[in-house]
Amino acid sequence: MAKITYITSDAKVHEIEVQNGLTVMEGAIQNNIPGIDADCGGGMACATCHVYVQDEWFNKIPKKEDGEEDMLDMAFEPKKNSRLSCQLIVSDELDGLVVNIPTKQA
Amino acid sequence: MNKTDALIIGAGPTGLFTAHQLNLIGLSCEVVDNLDKIGGQCIELYPDKPIYDIPAVPECTGEQLTNNLINQLKPFDIKFHLNQRVEEVKRDNESWIVKTNSGTTFLTPNVIIAGGVGSFEPRKFPVKECEYYENKSVFYSVKDKKIFEGKTVAIFGGGDSALDWAIELSKKSKVNLIHRRDEFRGAEATVNKMRTLVKEGKINLFTKYQMTSVHGNSQLESIDIKNDDDEKKNLKVDYALGFFGLIMQLGPIANWGLNLDKKTIEVDTEKFETNQKGIYAVGDICSYPGKLKLILSGFHEGALAARACFKLARPNEKYRFEFTTTSTNLLKRLGKKE
Repeated sequence: MAKITYITSDAKVHEIEVQNGLTVMEGAIQNNIPGIDADCGGGMACATCHVYVQDEWFNKIPKKEDGEEDMLDMAFEPKKNSRLSCQLIVSDELDGLVVNIPTKQA
Repeated sequence: MNKTDALIIGAGPTGLFTAHQLNLIGLSCEVVDNLDKIGGQCIELYPDKPIYDIPAVPECTGEQLTNNLINQLKPFDIKFHLNQRVEEVKRDNESWIVKTNSGTTFLTPNVIIAGGVGSFEPRKFPVKECEYYENKSVFYSVKDKKIFEGKTVAIFGGGDSALDWAIELSKKSKVNLIHRRDEFRGAEATVNKMRTLVKEGKINLFTKYQMTSVHGNSQLESIDIKNDDDEKKNLKVDYALGFFGLIMQLGPIANWGLNLDKKTIEVDTEKFETNQKGIYAVGDICSYPGKLKLILSGFHEGALAARACFKLARPNEKYRFEFTTTSTNLLKRLGKKE
């Protein structure tokens, strides 16, 4: 289990205990956190589970694979700290992770 | 008005196999899709990516799967209406009248929505004011490249569409190419060609920049772009073109009076019928307890929905279950027997 904090664009804070092995995207979907669409279901094929990872965490989490950066080209308002939440797999190391959800996904 | 036993919305794998099942049991069908080609997500999102979980097919790409499904439809006469989006579905006694955005209309007792996650639409600029200039100075595809001749154009994106148009338009226009990072995901040869044109001064390249605002009156006059370090630039441009790929939007489906669960349509698991009699949903777009978004699930759902269509299309006949291995009827329909 890891505590993941999702901050939606209206600044609402959602603290969720997410099981290890699920993705940060799945943690949001299963708990009805608004603003993450995940149209493709976690296949890194749509860029609608885009989140901003808070700076102190960005360098700590596993790096992007090639395809993720390509998909982020299509995300809505990508920034330096953009990630696809379907590629962030929850583990004890991610306990305390904070992600901001963009104003919209497309 | 096109009369058919069933209208399928969506020409992805689920829609294609559903068409097969309908024709096999002796019903006619027509298929509408918003894309310009058959294949849905398989052809649009991952034509070259191998799929490993189609039963009895150890490995095939999205394109191969699509081609095989099209081949499987060869015995049948099925009309496809591509480049059209269904806008309206209206009840007419025991039937449905369906209208597309190109004005094609259908009269049918059965509508099967096999729409994936909706229709593919271009992703747009995040800057809201771009809406005002859309189809005047801001475009997401090129229909007539002549309008750009002698003008200044800003092209956004890092894939093949952005690069191809930057190269093409640089022949007769002043081209600014803007991308959010240094790397381009387009084909290597295209990227190299673009970089040569940049060296020759034919394309102005701005990497790590994104659009922040647009200015103008009835037509676009300039845009602001900003880089990762908050450095701003103002570019005088006549046109802005965005190539950020396609996104799936539920679109008009939301207005058809169907029970929705987020972006999916609730169905029963006997007929895959929605809360509206004669409207079914199959494939990724439907939801029910235990739903798996796999292609194989779509095939099963389509097969059952097709049988349900029989009752409404042939109210005075009884559907009889038959195997393709033994049924003379089915073999005739498949063109295997005189």
